[in-house]
Amino acid sequence: MTNDPTQTITRIAEIIINALQLEDVTPQTFDPDLDLVDEVGIDSMDLATIALVLRDEYGIRIDEDDYPKLTTVRIIAEYINTKLTSGE
Amino acid sequence: MKTVSSLLDAHWYERYKNIAKLNIRSSIYDVTDRCNLRCKGCFFFSSGEHEAAAEEKDVSKWHAFVEKEMARGVNLAILIGGEPTLCLDRIEAFYKRLPTFCATNGLIKVPRERFPDMMVGISLWGEAEDEITLRGKDTFKISSANYAGDPHAYYLYTITPKQLGKTEKIIKKIEGVGLKVHMQLLSNDEAVDGFSWTPEELVAVRAEMDAMLEAYPRTVISSKYYHKVITTGQMLGRPFGWMECPSVTDTIDKRVPQPKRLTNFIRWASDLQTVHRCCTSETRDCATCKDGAAHMSWVMVNKRAHMQSAEELQNWIEVYEMFAKLYQFIPW
Ligand code: SF4
Ligand code: SF4
Repeated sequence: MTNDPTQTITRIAEIIINALQLEDVTPQTFDPDLDLVDEVGIDSMDLATIALVLRDEYGIRIDEDDYPKLTTVRIIAEYINTKLTSGE
Repeated sequence: MKTVSSLLDAHWYERYKNIAKLNIRSSIYDVTDRCNLRCKGCFFFSSGEHEAAAEEKDVSKWHAFVEKEMARGVNLAILIGGEPTLCLDRIEAFYKRLPTFCATNGLIKVPRERFPDMMVGISLWGEAEDEITLRGKDTFKISSANYAGDPHAYYLYTITPKQLGKTEKIIKKIEGVGLKVHMQLLSNDEAVDGFSWTPEELVAVRAEMDAMLEAYPRTVISSKYYHKVITTGQMLGRPFGWMECPSVTDTIDKRVPQPKRLTNFIRWASDLQTVHRCCTSETRDCATCKDGAAHMSWVMVNKRAHMQSAEELQNWIEVYEMFAKLYQFIPW
């Protein structure tokens, strides 16, 4: 498993696009700093779905209490990389 | 990709920002199994929910229970009954810790020195004649004397088919005592003759609700989209019902596929252990359910579905604002 931040960002964008069936956007064109709640309109149920995919893919557990912090793709990528690095 | 700011102009975006991060997590609590009225069509008594559990009488257990609810993430307590004002100590267990809303028939005045800013929703089922038919008493006379001019109270006006053409009189009466009003529809759980909605009456009541909102925008807390959804039972081409309902108790919700729903929502019975199926009657047919809160929440939990056009997103914002006003998260 790689911890390359750019790759993680693109992969998370892809997961979100697929999980939410977003149209007219690709993992490459997805703005990693776009606010997922305020701008894309995702809610805690969407986040729970995304968290399950991330758990399976990266083998990390995303605490429900952390959801409010995970507001952009970049922040999610950093969160995942921190967990992977610290071996949590 | 459609984003919120690509759909909204500056005015609507500002309104959106005011509500976008509220993250309201409500649950509903039966405070007591008793009431000082026995209304025909009251879902609590008609479905036998008042006998589902024996009330917890030890107030210290209520305090401990509310702490546990907060740990579960609840940030809005909606108190119903029976009649909650029969048990002020239990109400206080919530009010001391959480934003709290208390539904009441208004016959007992909530002491404002003890609950200065608790939002109170006073039920009203129509004109004096209808109130006497359905509730055995004209409650408005008493409740309006108790709450006239109270900035933390409003009428929850349940419209019945009998009131078509008469709602303005009621709205004026409410305006006259310096209170706000939110409108909802009777589901007629006890099949009282003449109080079930026909399709034509639903069309008519929607037009009437729209007209009241237009004529009394400072008094009526509502939205035309809410009127549309509750009267047609349709949202974005989807029919309301069991498979769409957002207000099912989380711990018993085994629906597949899981619809968008209120996060962690539970409706608790007054023994603080038993849960009810949903925010309203256990025995109600979901196909004909007109529960106002469930319809409002149905819109609210479906934000992304309303992001296909500016108009739909604005509809969503108006419903969310209505809810946030009714529960005091934003000012009137
Ligand atoms: S006042 Fe409310 S709880 Fe009491 S009987 Fe009437 S509808 Fe039911
Ligand atoms: S009766 Fe109404 S609120 Fe209850 S589960 Fe059915 S649709 Fe939902």
